[in-house]
Amino acid sequence: MEKKIRILIGKPGLDGHDRGAKVIAAALRDAGFEVIYTGLHQLSESIVEAAIQEDVDIIGLSILSGAHMTIFPKIIDLLKQKNAEHIIVIGGGIIPEEDIKKLIQMGVKRIFTPGAPTNEIVDYINSIIH
Amino acid sequence: MSKDIWKEKFSKLKERDINFSNLSKIKINPLYTPDDNKDFDYEKDLNYPGEYPYTRGVQPTMYRGRLWTMRQFSGFGTPKDTNNRYKYLLKHGQTGLSVAFDFPTLYGKDSDDPLAQGEVGKCGVAIDTLRDMEILFDGIPLEKISTSMTINPPAAMLLAMYIVVGEKQGVPKEVLTGTIQNDMLKEYQAQKTWIYPPEPSMRIITDILKYCSENVPKWNTISISGYHIREAGSTALQELAFTLANGYTYIDYGIKAGLPVDTFAPRLSFFFNSHLDFFEEIAKYRAARRIWAKLMKDKYHAQNPKSYLVRFHTQTAGCSLTAQQPENNIIRTAFQGLAAVLGGTQSLHTNSMDETYALPTEKAVKIALRTQQLIAYETGAANTIDPLGGSYYVEALTDKLEKLTFEYFDKIETLGGVVPAIEKGFFQREISRSAYEYQKSLEKKEKFHIGVNLFNEEEKNIDIELLKIPEEVEIDQKKSLKKVKKERNNSKVKETLIKLREAAENGENLMPRILDCVREYSTLGEMCGTLKEVFGVYKEPIIF
Amino acid sequence: MELLQRFLKGEKPAIARVITKIENGTDPKLLEDIFPHTGKAYYIGITGPPGAGKSSLVNAIVPKLLENNKKVGIIAVDPTSPFSGGALLGDRIRMNDLALNENVFIRSMATRGSLGGLATKTKDVALVLDAADMDYILIETVGVGQVELDIAQVCDTTVVVLVPESGDAIQAMKAGILEVADILVVNKGDRTGADRLILEMKFAFELRVHNTGWHYPILKTTAIENIGIDELVSTIKSHREYLEKSGELEIGRKKKLVIRVNELIEERIKTHLHDYVIDQKQLKKMIDKAYDRKITPHYITDEIAKKIF
Repeated sequence: MEKKIRILIGKPGLDGHDRGAKVIAAALRDAGFEVIYTGLHQLSESIVEAAIQEDVDIIGLSILSGAHMTIFPKIIDLLKQKNAEHIIVIGGGIIPEEDIKKLIQMGVKRIFTPGAPTNEIVDYINSIIH
Repeated sequence: MSKDIWKEKFSKLKERDINFSNLSKIKINPLYTPDDNKDFDYEKDLNYPGEYPYTRGVQPTMYRGRLWTMRQFSGFGTPKDTNNRYKYLLKHGQTGLSVAFDFPTLYGKDSDDPLAQGEVGKCGVAIDTLRDMEILFDGIPLEKISTSMTINPPAAMLLAMYIVVGEKQGVPKEVLTGTIQNDMLKEYQAQKTWIYPPEPSMRIITDILKYCSENVPKWNTISISGYHIREAGSTALQELAFTLANGYTYIDYGIKAGLPVDTFAPRLSFFFNSHLDFFEEIAKYRAARRIWAKLMKDKYHAQNPKSYLVRFHTQTAGCSLTAQQPENNIIRTAFQGLAAVLGGTQSLHTNSMDETYALPTEKAVKIALRTQQLIAYETGAANTIDPLGGSYYVEALTDKLEKLTFEYFDKIETLGGVVPAIEKGFFQREISRSAYEYQKSLEKKEKFHIGVNLFNEEEKNIDIELLKIPEEVEIDQKKSLKKVKKERNNSKVKETLIKLREAAENGENLMPRILDCVREYSTLGEMCGTLKEVFGVYKEPIIF
Repeated sequence: MELLQRFLKGEKPAIARVITKIENGTDPKLLEDIFPHTGKAYYIGITGPPGAGKSSLVNAIVPKLLENNKKVGIIAVDPTSPFSGGALLGDRIRMNDLALNENVFIRSMATRGSLGGLATKTKDVALVLDAADMDYILIETVGVGQVELDIAQVCDTTVVVLVPESGDAIQAMKAGILEVADILVVNKGDRTGADRLILEMKFAFELRVHNTGWHYPILKTTAIENIGIDELVSTIKSHREYLEKSGELEIGRKKKLVIRVNELIEERIKTHLHDYVIDQKQLKKMIDKAYDRKITPHYITDEIAKKIF
């Protein structure tokens, strides 16, 4: 049986804007990935725990609430604590350029901003996993 | 026949190779003529502004009498930060306030809640207790201003705080004007800000309807919102159909709660999106007025003509803005604002160019405000009423949207109505699918978005200034919450919360109890938590 | 073997990784290593039509199973898209209450290559959780036709969940349901039509009562409001007791092993035939001939069989 790329799409925090997360989840499914969607209003701890149990290759977080500078570092930190640094973290949302740079330095692999086409995201994931 | 001659000539020539349809996937003809409005009856279908079925507008004078209210949605940081922004906007000619709350407030959580971490003051202003509300409106006379509050599950609490701030300023609640969004149905369908399950949510809403009809008569009790349905990815048609269906559901529940329709229907208002397809949007507003009036008259037998009116606020489409070439957003917003004005909006929010990056800066907000001032004072669009009335195209599109809306009503009816359809995931699925299809159509270049899939440019550093919310906001807000908790009379707080709980259990109107809690400086989290114990919490269904 | 040691110590990342390896079939020896540690868990299957509230039911019953410091492993199976080979696995949305519980392990699986609703590898993944010291293993999957049989071949107790709205689906499923359900649950029992459905199913169920000593109960629940959950859990427990006392647990598990062996033999033979016996080029030529009606499919089969027998 071939190995499948598994990716967790998470909506941490309180913002309920799940349009992007759901569109991405559907696009990733249509690209042949196994997508685990954890739903709205998730604690960072639950997202990391789910990612570990599901043994995903990637965590994709969608944050439109401005809480990205709190949530991304927390997720990266928890992954370290749980010896799961091999899980790649990417994200998307309303995130200013300046913050993107900082997040990349902290260990987030890539941030997509509004308007990013889904096939770009698919190609990106394929390129980093294979 | 000259039409046949034209047709023949037309068919021999080549059309541009694109899909001529609007965002609701309605096919657009190359030309509209009187043939497209064959059964047109002026008095029945349009009539005069301020006359049933109100297709041309809800007032006889429209913008000849008074321009729309320019109301920019704003709020961020601490109540003090937002208070300063309000004073700035009022100074620059804004005529109404519109409060954006941060996510913890929207969910009825206090700033010190674990899930609030990182969110305090980010997307709006943080409100924990009456103290914050006192600061928010400090120096702003409530009798002179109308305030719109985008708040849903904790709408009753925020309204109560506003009433008490009024009391403290010496303004009786009978003269307060403004709006609470208080539209839970679209939350379950699209915006996903919820606490309790649908039935208790509807009970809170009817409590508010009842209380306000007797005590705060000038207050708009529900702003029935299509805006978020659209932002979540629906088409214009779905926005129209679902919003109106929600509206009728509030009417049904109000009547079921024993309220005569004319006591609360006049205080319902609407909130629509203005998206990219110019004429489709205009037709949508016109269709909304006509459909609402028809059913309010024929089905609900309202007598007061005010019950027939779709008075609405419009916000330009946030989801249509692009991170790429952000200055283009100014232009998009201008077209969208113009569509709303040509559609007869009562108030308007124009988005700022930088909103795909962060909350807008003062400069960006000012440009956005100027955009609508331009529409108002320079374009001449406000010189005559419903200038597109009688356009073969716009009338045909209005008719078409009306017809398709009634088809959606039938579908919802067969599912048992709006609330059962929510439980079955009908709206959620419809919206998700439209969002995905729209994204696919962009990627297949069937639809265009400049800077995204057409006339793209090499990405370079965006040189627009952005608003930063400092991390200290959360710390400051938590500190002041702690201070309030220390200074208030905690046994009184407990007592009023117990009374609130009893009211929730025994079915008595919650509003007076909430007012008592607010006066004692109970926190939002305490009040919502108390109701949660009685009402339970809503869980997200699995829908893609 | 570091992974195995960490696995046996109960480290969740190691459990997760072993599941991945088993699921991908990349390390056949792993199964051998863990098999001696299996056979202790009690397997519960939860199946039913889409929208029956299976995940909510799991979310509701698991806290009761966790009492007395027990551990629960959950496998939630969703279909793989036949078009893309991808899958959207959303059952966790309904199980968020359990997500941070130390004694719970949740794994979402896509059906991948298998045609039914149950992933081919589900049975092996269940063994992994068994070896990981789970006291209960819950397998949750959409039941459409064949799948109920699949799930019953793994589980000691099979719970079939229906809702009042699933009327038409039930007609088609009735035979399958009656074949496999040890307990029938009508969820969303507060909706209209629930009582009628219960009556209907009772009627149909009576036929089966005489065959064994188990009375095939039909229960009513409203999972999201936690109604009827205590009774469901105690019914599952009494089914277990019945199986243990009557000796049927052992008989059933041995039967399941026989089925498993048969399946594996079939799989092995198929792979062997495909990879070593059948010359694909030659087969294609013969198929062309059969298409032209020059030879029969039976003739082709005989030709292939000659190479084996």
